Amino acid sequence: MSKTNTPEEASEQEAVAQLSTAPQEDRTPGSAKFGVIGWARWFWRQLTSMRVALILLFLLSLAAIPGSLIPQSGTDQMKVDAFKKAHEHLGPVYDKLGLFHVYSSVWFSAIYILLFVSLIGCIIPRTWQFVGQLRGRPPGAPKRLDRMPAYATWRTETGADEVREAALTLLRKRRYRSHVAGSAVAAEKGYLREAGNLVFHISLIVMLVGFATGQLFKSDGTKLILEGDGFANTLTQYDDFSSGNLFDKDTGLEPFSFTLKDFTGTYERSGPNKGTARTYKADVVYSEGADGKEKNATIKVNEPLKINGTKVFLSGHGYAPVVTVRDGKGKVVSKQAVPLLPIDSNQTSTGAVKVMDGYKNGQGKKEQLGFNAFFVPTFAGSGKGDMFSQFPALDFPVLALSAYHGSLGVDSGIPQNVYQLDTTNMKQFKDSKGALLKKRLLPGESMKLPNGAGSVTFEKGVKEWATFEVAKQPGTDWALIGAIGAIAGLVGSLFIQRRRVWVRATTGDDGVTVVEMAGLGRSESAKLPEELGALVDKVHARAPSAPEPSADSEDSETTAVPAAEGAEK
Amino acid sequence: MNLAAATNENLAQVSNVLIYSSMAVYLLAFFANMAEWIFGSRSKTGRAAAALTAQKPAKTAAAPAVQVKKNGSTAVLERPQVVTRAASGSRGDVPDGPGASGGDEQGDLYGRIAVSLTALGFLIEFCGVLTRALSVQRAPWGNMYEFSITFSTVAVGVYLALLAMKKNVRWLGLPLVITVLLDLGLAVTVLYTASDQLVPALHSYWLYIHVSTAIFCGAVFYVGAVGTLLYLFKDSYENKLVKGGTPGRFATSVLERLPASASLDKFSYRVNAAVFPLWTFTIIAGAIWAGDAWGRYWEWDPKETWSFITWVAYACYLHARATAGWKGRKAAYLALIAFACWLFNYYGVNIFVSGKHSYAGV
Ligand code: HEM
Repeated sequence: MSKTNTPEEASEQEAVAQLSTAPQEDRTPGSAKFGVIGWARWFWRQLTSMRVALILLFLLSLAAIPGSLIPQSGTDQMKVDAFKKAHEHLGPVYDKLGLFHVYSSVWFSAIYILLFVSLIGCIIPRTWQFVGQLRGRPPGAPKRLDRMPAYATWRTETGADEVREAALTLLRKRRYRSHVAGSAVAAEKGYLREAGNLVFHISLIVMLVGFATGQLFKSDGTKLILEGDGFANTLTQYDDFSSGNLFDKDTGLEPFSFTLKDFTGTYERSGPNKGTARTYKADVVYSEGADGKEKNATIKVNEPLKINGTKVFLSGHGYAPVVTVRDGKGKVVSKQAVPLLPIDSNQTSTGAVKVMDGYKNGQGKKEQLGFNAFFVPTFAGSGKGDMFSQFPALDFPVLALSAYHGSLGVDSGIPQNVYQLDTTNMKQFKDSKGALLKKRLLPGESMKLPNGAGSVTFEKGVKEWATFEVAKQPGTDWALIGAIGAIAGLVGSLFIQRRRVWVRATTGDDGVTVVEMAGLGRSESAKLPEELGALVDKVHARAPSAPEPSADSEDSETTAVPAAEGAEK
Repeated sequence: MNLAAATNENLAQVSNVLIYSSMAVYLLAFFANMAEWIFGSRSKTGRAAAALTAQKPAKTAAAPAVQVKKNGSTAVLERPQVVTRAASGSRGDVPDGPGASGGDEQGDLYGRIAVSLTALGFLIEFCGVLTRALSVQRAPWGNMYEFSITFSTVAVGVYLALLAMKKNVRWLGLPLVITVLLDLGLAVTVLYTASDQLVPALHSYWLYIHVSTAIFCGAVFYVGAVGTLLYLFKDSYENKLVKGGTPGRFATSVLERLPASASLDKFSYRVNAAVFPLWTFTIIAGAIWAGDAWGRYWEWDPKETWSFITWVAYACYLHARATAGWKGRKAAYLALIAFACWLFNYYGVNIFVSGKHSYAGV
């Protein structure tokens, strides 16, 4: 750059300058003095250069890959555990490298944080520069307009001032920012490109801030609810709950409550996808606030219930057979709908029926009862295959129970899985052959417990349950605004050309005016010559060509159409 | 089976027949394209060679002032002509090749036949997709078979639309038809899934928006990638010429007929840049849909991750073009990497990686 430029080159550089606000590449580390500040400045300039932005972007896409191929603890902890078991040596190494949680790992975060620092460091000066450009005026015409990518010239008898005036009016009408500088009109258009580009990059930051807020303040819990049961949005009611680091446990949860009235599931009856779910819907009654008015709503898989930024999703469902347990005297000690967990796509389900208190055995002694439950909504028929469900709907429900008595171990203080029976302190009820007492029950059927211990009945009318996920993620509005801004900015930035047009009119010694028009765009574009052509037509209409003085002598001298042009014809 | 189901079965059958028919027509189009290239090889054009070897380096070409007037004419009403000039240092003044037919009349005839056949194949395939949609009573984007047939239909549609817009893209014909045949072949053999309806998680109007734009973006990215690939070939060829080498006869014959490397580069840039905002939108639409369906906007599910990777890769490409020292070939490699990411997302993730998007039916 320090080489001496010809004045022509210098004026050209000026004309081309600032057609974008992209940072210039700079490889030399600062000036001669190289103190700490020098280095810091150098580092900053490197970080905010286009080249480093490019490298960081590339790294970001590379770094995202392992997370898609290695199981992630955020999405599927079970797979992660299985992977660790299968790869004894690799597991710990991956763990160290954070490969099981790539997207929150140190190195992934480092890349995108650097990228966003770079982005901010890039946007601020670019915005200033752009504001400066908007305030300033388009640069004047370079000396040699014929060196611009699109060029036209003619001679006219119209006065130079008049030509410039006409050009200025025309260009202004076409919404070019234009002014007269010396002998030429300088005009520029398409600032929206730069604006769009800045909006795009700023929107990216808005989006990231939105996501980050969401991560920090989010809350997310699940709850299994039986038909007829209700839920109030307080921490204690959740089966499962997680929240972001800055979530406020006291005020973070939206106050509302709802009751599950009815769950409906329908399934494909035939064809290759037999058994695939067709509709899932949950009819609920809900009320906002501590005691708001009750309203009806239907929650479907794609249609969560939205209450003030909190969303209630339908996330799963299953069956809950109603089981009645009677003691030896025929007194009902327990009647409950027991939610069972599906273990396959046809809703074969397992679980446990527990009778904690109120039961006395044949000898009048207090005891607890436990039943392992195995349920199929559609039974294959006795003797046909195994006890697995053939279809997810309630076509032929069968409940198989095996019976235990003794202590359920619920008082021991260890949290218990409600779906599993801990039989360590329990004894089996035996059938007449001395084996574990078990029976398949149709709705309405009972199983008698031996020695006057009572009976257990599988009631008609199997209930259904649904699990709901209650999620709140603040900041999504910002993320959405950022996303929309990003798209709008991109469209402006990619589809709008920023271009400059100059119209120079000079009166020669012979009193004839020479008009020169030239156009310059950021990139070579077919549109630019077209646009210039249209402008030339307009200006030419106001300043028509003068008759050529002597046709041959001058032309042959200046016309040297490049060979490439000739080849096109 | 009820009556409606029976008509649906019939429609599905009709759809299959149409898809097979379109393959037959595309096969004919393939032969016609080949004929065009073969007849075109008779003509000896060496425009690029002439421009790059015979002409002096850019400086002298740029020097003369161009006075635009018809030689010797004194017509006063003559409209001044706009002269264009490539930026100094670029090879922008290499003329475009004449196309596959190489100006050969017979070749050109076959070329036109190829375009007509491609259009016919497009119509038939389009009807195939349409009947498929009618048979399942939803948008035909529920599994990979349906993606594939829609994808190739859209890709051919993009090509025909560019032709209708009078863009110089006939050179795309042969690679396009080959890929379409591969895509359809894979679809009817490996990926075929009997028509059926969707699982509830897929039921949403965001499906229509997200998936249709995704397929469209893929088709356009594909066209861009073909342009980029050919750009790389042509650029090497021109480089060789500039250095004074003599490329092989086959390379000369084929590459001379393609547009200039600068044109190919510009073409693929435009195409990629034009769909990039739409791809951005596709990902955002997908996130909104996921938010509704699964409760979380972004979960780093493999499909999401690879959409993101593809997006960042294309952003890299666009950045590269604005970064000194990364224009041209390096940027082109990035464009190809980006398209490879898209392809992996489309096939690879469905087949090798399991995630929530695993409705692919393979
Ligand atoms: C967060 C990651 C980023 C993404 C996804 C991104 C994406 C993009 C995209 C898609 C474009 C093309 C739009 C156009 O050509 O006008 C672009 C242009 C641009 N980006 Fe970025 N960018 C990122 C970060 C950065 C950073 C850190 C810088 C600053 C060093 C930067 C500077 C620029 C500039 C100057 C342009 C305009 C280039 C031109 O004028 O053609 N970007 N960016």
